[in-house]
Amino acid sequence: MSKQAPPPSWRHVGRHGVFPQGKLDDASRFDFLANMNRHLATRLSPKVRESFEKRVAPRTEQALGRPLKDRGEVREAMAREPIYQMWSALRRTTMEMRQQAGRAMVLRQLEPLIEKARALNDAAVTLQLDPTLEIPRTACAVDIHCMPGGYHTELVEDDITNGANYDAGIFATTGGMLGRWNDGGGQALAQWLKQKYPAFKPRRILDLGCTIGHNVVPLAQAFPEAEVIAIDVGAPMLRYAHARARSLGVENITFRQANADDLGYPDGHFDLISSAMFWHESSARSMPLQLREIYRMLAVGGLTAHLEQPQYGEDMSLYEQFIRDWDTWNNNEPFWGVMHDYDVRQMVLDAGFAADKYFETTVAGVVDREVFPVAESNGEDYGRAALWTMFGAWK
Amino acid sequence: MSKISDLDIIDLAGTRAKGARPYYFNDPDSDRLLSIVMAVAMEHAVTRQRLDALERLIEAKGLLSRQELDDYVPDRAAEGERGVWTQEYIARILRFVQQETETLRDGVDVDIHAVQDELR
Ligand SMILES: C[S@@+](CC[C@H](N)C(=O)[O-])C[C@H]1O[C@@H](n2cnc3c(N)ncnc32)[C@H](O)[C@@H]1O
Repeated sequence: MSKQAPPPSWRHVGRHGVFPQGKLDDASRFDFLANMNRHLATRLSPKVRESFEKRVAPRTEQALGRPLKDRGEVREAMAREPIYQMWSALRRTTMEMRQQAGRAMVLRQLEPLIEKARALNDAAVTLQLDPTLEIPRTACAVDIHCMPGGYHTELVEDDITNGANYDAGIFATTGGMLGRWNDGGGQALAQWLKQKYPAFKPRRILDLGCTIGHNVVPLAQAFPEAEVIAIDVGAPMLRYAHARARSLGVENITFRQANADDLGYPDGHFDLISSAMFWHESSARSMPLQLREIYRMLAVGGLTAHLEQPQYGEDMSLYEQFIRDWDTWNNNEPFWGVMHDYDVRQMVLDAGFAADKYFETTVAGVVDREVFPVAESNGEDYGRAALWTMFGAWK
Repeated sequence: MSKISDLDIIDLAGTRAKGARPYYFNDPDSDRLLSIVMAVAMEHAVTRQRLDALERLIEAKGLLSRQELDDYVPDRAAEGERGVWTQEYIARILRFVQQETETLRDGVDVDIHAVQDELR
């Protein structure tokens, strides 16, 4: 492994009007966590693979008298491997520390933060909360990715705690790879659209599971004439998202609290329906429903496009599947593994889309020069331009 | 819903995520210990970064250069004081080890249950 520069310090994160203020010690905590993640990913993780290849796989296959047959068997065998135990335990505890660091920083300034959000949101019609909305089991059965209270919990009136905490930590968790505004996915999608389909000018855009709007803001900026609707079930996320977008000067997004299972818009209402990292937090019951809703709400000639982690698929090695599936078992992502086993193409077709209108591709992010001011010495920025898997269809 | 002033923010910051936590080691005590040690490691890094910031600020104000700090040689008296501090520090951290080894000298310790019965 070649020597890598350390991840950029948290102090380069983009600061908008509701971003929590971090002091020196907060920045140091996030920098420690970013470096922990880097250490685990680049130094320890290759050893976990090696322990599987050199020790665990040969031993287990000998005992079984046959090759390992699925990732469940790999997981069972690896559970007893000390290097894997240590790596997993460190990963889990690092995530827990990240949550505590973010929550402590946000809670300590909750009052001024809520005031700032109130001032920015100011009874705007573009923030539509529905206190009667029933939070779906997909979002509240466990606290997704170990974020205490999940997306929906409200501690106080007009709460934004969990939105602010989500925003504050993601830069450290991703080592700045998503750019200063953590919007690399949305930027990549907007750029892909402009380059590949310059004539495509959606008038109405819908984003599913927008959380705090990281990835829908670049779409709204790319299509300033468009009316954008971003939905989520979590009120603290939406309040924060709306205030964040406002303070970034983006006014053409309506943030609405609603369940993607049933959104109630007329048939053919939208020209573009997008999501980012949404499907792995759905369910076997909801995903087909939601895909059919997308088909129904999309105009003829419209596009639906979804950024996700790569599907596992048959040609992915069992080890690779097992490692990518870590979050299912260790990071409170109960639907992650099921979703990544799906034949998403077939699901999109089952929702009504035509086979020749379906696509899968990867889109590359743009390296944020404010975060990474200098190119790598080979000039290639290898590994810095994040890649996203995308699937979707035209109607 | 609570009032902001009523929130116990120390408790809330450290609250658990809903969903049973996996334990990884053969003995769950190792998971407990590792979590504590890593939190201390982070706080140690935070302190070290704070000290580094302090040094750089002092240097920028021209009061002291970090070279001076790195080249600092305590005189004999200071050396002694620093040595004592280091000894104390290590002993504090290893108190548990010390107390366990004291049974070598003192033999099996008094059984608290036996004393309870005796004084009952
Ligand atoms: C991993 S996050 C998505 C991240 C976000 N799109 C981004 O780009 O930063 C998943 C989001 O989906 C929301 N969600 C889950 N189920 C939903 C549903 N049935 N309807 C609407 N939103 C849902 C969750 O509240 C959560 O905010």
